[in-house]
Amino acid sequence: MSSMTIRPSACPACDAAPAAEALAGRAAAPNARILVSVPAVHCAGCISTIERDLAKMEGVNSARLNLTLKRLSVDAKAGIEASDVIARLDRLGYEAHELDAGTLSMTETERQGRELLMMVGVSGFAMMNIMLLSVAVWSGAEGATRDLFHLISGLIAVPTVAFAGRPFFRNAWKALRAGRMDMDGPISFAILLTLFISTYETLQSGEHAYFEAVVMLIFFLLVGRYLEFRARSVARSAAQELAALEVPRATRLAEGVESVVSVADLAVGDIVLVRPGGRMPVDGVVTAGQSELDRALLTGETLPVFAGTGTQVSAGEVNLTGPLQVRVTAAGKDSSLHRMADLVANAESAKMRYTTIAEKAAAAYAPTIPILSLGAFFVWFWISGGDLRLSLNIAVASLIITCPCALGLAVPAVVTASSGKLFRKGLLIKDGTALERLAEVDTVVFDKTGTLTMGTPEPTNLDDHSLDDLRVALGLADASSHPLAQALARALRDRDLRPARIDDLAEVPGYGVEGQWQGQRVRLGRADWVGAEAGAVTAAYLSVAGETRCFSFADQLRPGAETVVRGLQSQGKHVWLISGDVPGVVRDLAQRLRIDDWQASALPADKAAKIEELQAAGHKVLMVGDGLNDTAALSTAHVSISPASALDAARAASDMVLLSRDLSPVADAVRLSKTAMKRIRENLWQSGIYNIIFVPIALFGFATPLWAAFVMSISSITVTLNALRLK
Amino acid sequence: MEVLAILIPASLFLGLLGLVAFLWSLRKGQYDDPEGDSQRILDPRYEDKPKPVDEDQRG
Repeated sequence: MSSMTIRPSACPACDAAPAAEALAGRAAAPNARILVSVPAVHCAGCISTIERDLAKMEGVNSARLNLTLKRLSVDAKAGIEASDVIARLDRLGYEAHELDAGTLSMTETERQGRELLMMVGVSGFAMMNIMLLSVAVWSGAEGATRDLFHLISGLIAVPTVAFAGRPFFRNAWKALRAGRMDMDGPISFAILLTLFISTYETLQSGEHAYFEAVVMLIFFLLVGRYLEFRARSVARSAAQELAALEVPRATRLAEGVESVVSVADLAVGDIVLVRPGGRMPVDGVVTAGQSELDRALLTGETLPVFAGTGTQVSAGEVNLTGPLQVRVTAAGKDSSLHRMADLVANAESAKMRYTTIAEKAAAAYAPTIPILSLGAFFVWFWISGGDLRLSLNIAVASLIITCPCALGLAVPAVVTASSGKLFRKGLLIKDGTALERLAEVDTVVFDKTGTLTMGTPEPTNLDDHSLDDLRVALGLADASSHPLAQALARALRDRDLRPARIDDLAEVPGYGVEGQWQGQRVRLGRADWVGAEAGAVTAAYLSVAGETRCFSFADQLRPGAETVVRGLQSQGKHVWLISGDVPGVVRDLAQRLRIDDWQASALPADKAAKIEELQAAGHKVLMVGDGLNDTAALSTAHVSISPASALDAARAASDMVLLSRDLSPVADAVRLSKTAMKRIRENLWQSGIYNIIFVPIALFGFATPLWAAFVMSISSITVTLNALRLK
Repeated sequence: MEVLAILIPASLFLGLLGLVAFLWSLRKGQYDDPEGDSQRILDPRYEDKPKPVDEDQRG
């Protein structure tokens, strides 16, 4: 029941460093294997659409879609990048995320999975064969026939145990050396002792041999192990390897010469060049250039801010329109990005390790098994007046009956069923204990930008403008990479408008775009630049022949945002909205979604502090967020979810990743986790009750191998069926 | 009871055959994508016999 979780570091640079090496390694290979996650695929149509289309793509040798893992593997010639494949899939209407194929763990996981499955197969076939022989013994074979059947059973069972029992022996040995007691200790003890006694009995022409029970125990436990393993590996391979390909490099300017260096090599006082579209590698002050900065990931502000000479910039901000030269004021450990990572590290270390229900059950149960059987041994040794063989037989019978066959399946069966359901809805569980923690949640905190909203602005008042104005605006907007301009261009093109012909187009970084239309100067950009009054809302301004027009923008709501808030509230959860954005915008959104409690202008530390305060008051908080400013809050919260579009630092800090654009699976997940926990508890009780009934039978010496086989299979089957009942 | 001399080896052989078949299918990756395989049978690309030629496909 040992669950292994790997938490990548919260600092994006640390994640990206190995990615940079992997990137270099991959470029050298003649053929590239590209892996992308395509969460929306679900049917035969998707398979043939995607595979056929990619087969036609230049440079692609073959493409195969794995529907179970919702993952596309492309074998392509060198030069084809994952981004090309993702763009192609996007045109087909499938959202895709890159997976890192270079990591070794992927093949390692596949190998481990196959090995486990092979053990399940071997023990399964051995069990069937031994059972055939055992049925003959149970129906009355005697004397030499029985001994022969026992002997053949033993000849099958011993190599099977040696092969398929290894995972248990290995774990038990590890635990023993570390001085711990986990479930695998008693299991290994039971397996080995039973095997030994049964072999002895067979050689002595004894009546009872437990070969089938031993192999059956191994088989059912391995099935549980395999389910547990699969649930974990599917989530891990997809969520953690959503590539962190953002390579931490910067362009340094020294005496007019540009050189690309690692961020780690930058020193305070260096001048770095940040091109439009690039991310600030360091904290610094702008020394030359004008542009606008997107701070959404750092602060949650939707509006880009102006940057000119003297503006302070922080690592992680995105440069939008013009090239900037930045003098480094803090790099590496001192940068604001790194301070954020420290905040996360503090939150993580303050969090106590969560003890799962399975671990609690195992801890209570593990010592009982050897104690009961030892007790039985000594009591019968005393009663029978020193009959070693009889007492050993009874001890073995109680050992094998108390062995937690169903307990090993109780939790993995439910977890597999529920994580499979959530995966089909587009939600990946990264951490094995997340489902349990989610079931305890009573308060849900949402971030605004990028979580409840898409983080992309949309024009709201296009109908107020004349056709000519719209066409001029489109002509100008096309020339800019500013998010507002691009959103405007997209919206206008969706209306089938054709851009007006504009000459002498020029972008003035930090201000807007200007050009000549029918001999007049036209401008699209900031209010003061085009000569308009700035309004209260996010807007871009157009000036045509001295007259100005205002295009106002609003952030688009993420699909399912209303459903999820309504769904959570109807489940009796308390919903909060905490954002780094300005109060006006946050209040509007809170009112629109009917969220009563909201907080605006929250700094990253404020968010984490608010969650700490809620948790100190006894609430269990689910945090849903995507930005760098959310990472500390995500790791402070009891359980956390981030959308796949989130920054990798945020994804790394959260327990679940939402692959779909739609937010509504979050409410389903909370509901499902409660049902899943109910099923797990039922299962644990069920397997407990079997033991309560049959342990006395074993202790009084009435148990036969038939009883043991019967109890094991019945309890395992009922537990599995109960898990499948999950709706 | 002499029949056991044949039946036991026979049952062991059959069991072994089943195991070998399972290991073979495992190595061939037949359990890697159960869901996709169940959907792929609906895809006409995988038909193993040539389709009758339609009028509009001819020439």
